[in-house]
Amino acid sequence: MTDTTLAATPVAKTISPAHEVWLSLKANKGALAGLVVIVVLVLAAVLADVIAPYGYAEVFKECVIKQCPPFWQEGSDSRFVLGADAVGRDLLSRIIYGSRYSLFIGTIVVTISLAAGILFGLLSGFFRGSIDILTMRAMDIILSIPSLLLALAIVAILGSGLLNAMIAVAITYIPHYARLARAAVLTELPKDYVTASRVAGAGTLRLMLNTVLPNCLAPLIVQATLSFSTAILDAAALGFLGYGAQAPTPEWGTMLADARNLIRSMPWVVTFPGLAILITVLAFNLLGDGLRDALDPKLKR
Amino acid sequence: MLRFVLTRLGLVIPTFLGIILLTFVLIRLVPGDPVEVRVGERGISPERHAELLHEMGLDRPLYVQFFDYVGGVLQGDLGISVITHRPVMDEFLSLFPATIELAIFAMIFSTLIGLPAGVLAAVKRGSAYDHVVMGTSLTGYSMPIFWWGLLLILFFSVDLGWTPVAKRLSDDFFIDEVTGFMLIDTLLSDDPESKGSFLSALHHLILPTIVLGTVPLAVTARMTRSAMLEVLGEDYIRTAKAKGLGVYRIVAIHALRNALVPVVTVIGLQVGTLMGGAILTESVFSWPGIGKWLVESIGRRDYPALQGGVLVIAALVMTTNLVVDLMYGLLNPRIRHKR
Repeated sequence: MTDTTLAATPVAKTISPAHEVWLSLKANKGALAGLVVIVVLVLAAVLADVIAPYGYAEVFKECVIKQCPPFWQEGSDSRFVLGADAVGRDLLSRIIYGSRYSLFIGTIVVTISLAAGILFGLLSGFFRGSIDILTMRAMDIILSIPSLLLALAIVAILGSGLLNAMIAVAITYIPHYARLARAAVLTELPKDYVTASRVAGAGTLRLMLNTVLPNCLAPLIVQATLSFSTAILDAAALGFLGYGAQAPTPEWGTMLADARNLIRSMPWVVTFPGLAILITVLAFNLLGDGLRDALDPKLKR
Repeated sequence: MLRFVLTRLGLVIPTFLGIILLTFVLIRLVPGDPVEVRVGERGISPERHAELLHEMGLDRPLYVQFFDYVGGVLQGDLGISVITHRPVMDEFLSLFPATIELAIFAMIFSTLIGLPAGVLAAVKRGSAYDHVVMGTSLTGYSMPIFWWGLLLILFFSVDLGWTPVAKRLSDDFFIDEVTGFMLIDTLLSDDPESKGSFLSALHHLILPTIVLGTVPLAVTARMTRSAMLEVLGEDYIRTAKAKGLGVYRIVAIHALRNALVPVVTVIGLQVGTLMGGAILTESVFSWPGIGKWLVESIGRRDYPALQGGVLVIAALVMTTNLVVDLMYGLLNPRIRHKR
């Protein structure tokens, strides 16, 4: 990218783009709050073995015989802050371990769909013609099926499970990235710096990856943050319907599926995993909104 | 205008054929014997297997099978359900009104609240009210609606006992299915024993409507706000203010009308979201519609049902998107005459 910015107008104090984004984010309270929550989540995921009071599959028989509600309810056991589930496992520990799954799901889904989307977008934008038409029609087809339904259909073929659920959800997000990447490529291609690079003898691959792609990243980064949250939601939905992560796994959606029938007798096993999903998704959406404001000059007022 | 309509149609037809191809391929990707996948039985005798293979045309070349399938789809033949042995199309049509009824209510709910909330937030930009609306709608947008449904059941049904937990009607009533729309059927019924059934149906709609409408509500409020903000910054609004018009008149007549175009588009494009949301909402509330049927079809390995369901829903989403697109072109000459 360095060879492309030489012609930029001289600025008295140069602020690096990354620093500029950070300044803009810092001024946005919502985005900052989102970022803090995400940092806490990452810490919880990394340090789960240290901070979780118990193992996620550790069973306490006393909580099977007699219910263990959360600490503010009568009959609670002080060892289990958020109570224990029907099988006698500490809910807090399971939720802490669950953060691993959510962040893992988000990362994998975004990586797969981002990589595939960029590939399709670059190919469409650079080669146009029949490649473009075929790719974009294929994307239209994927987009016309509601993402959860398509993910369900794919899981129905691949079989239930966390890995297949992640692949299925990732496939449904590819069109968003492909369209964004293609649109960005099309706006960048006619610019002088691309022509200059081409005249200088850069090959197509170099033009794609070194010259054009870095300048197309802003919308893709925003979309990546926002789809991190939808990925967590969709994967949790699949888990809730019974086609995502399977039973003993402390994935939040799967935990809700187990708890559904206990809503009358043990409401807390329903409340907390869902709250964890909501807070996580909200945090990523706040950060995504903040990043969009920071990265999209059109929205700056 | 005709050219605009034709180009849009020209885009839709290949996409639709692509969807048919996708569902055609999808059922062939299911691991296992193709006949067993379609009949839903295992260990079929070799003679019967050969017979079925021929009967279903699976012994013919793939391209012939595909053209047969396309021909069938265009005539409304989506295959036979493995479980009920009824045509998939009949199954779909008998369950569809339940989903439509719920979706219409969710749409009304989200628009009735989202539109005014968004307008007010734009007018009072930067105020505490604006922040509350934006914060609430971002929360709604981030909501895992399956959990939201359980939470509402917990509070309104279990704790307060105000709302029913599941299904479309109380078990006390037996209503003949005429239209499939419970609200209409209960009104049509002249059986004296079905007195009060209309209210019961309405009562059963409350929580599912809120759950299904939550995400569209958030989207509508956010979209209305940003569209209004854009319009409020235009010169003609300044002119209207300079002329001394009242705030109400400027907002309601000058600004809202123009802001509505993108908002209506976004509301129209929510159909896909609604169908996806219906899968979860119907599962939570045991609502006998398409969403619950699709999830159960996967559980029962009823692949022809899943295949048909995906196809019809995709066609539906595409059609509404096309209609919204054409309406948008009709309302906005800049779009129509582009290129």
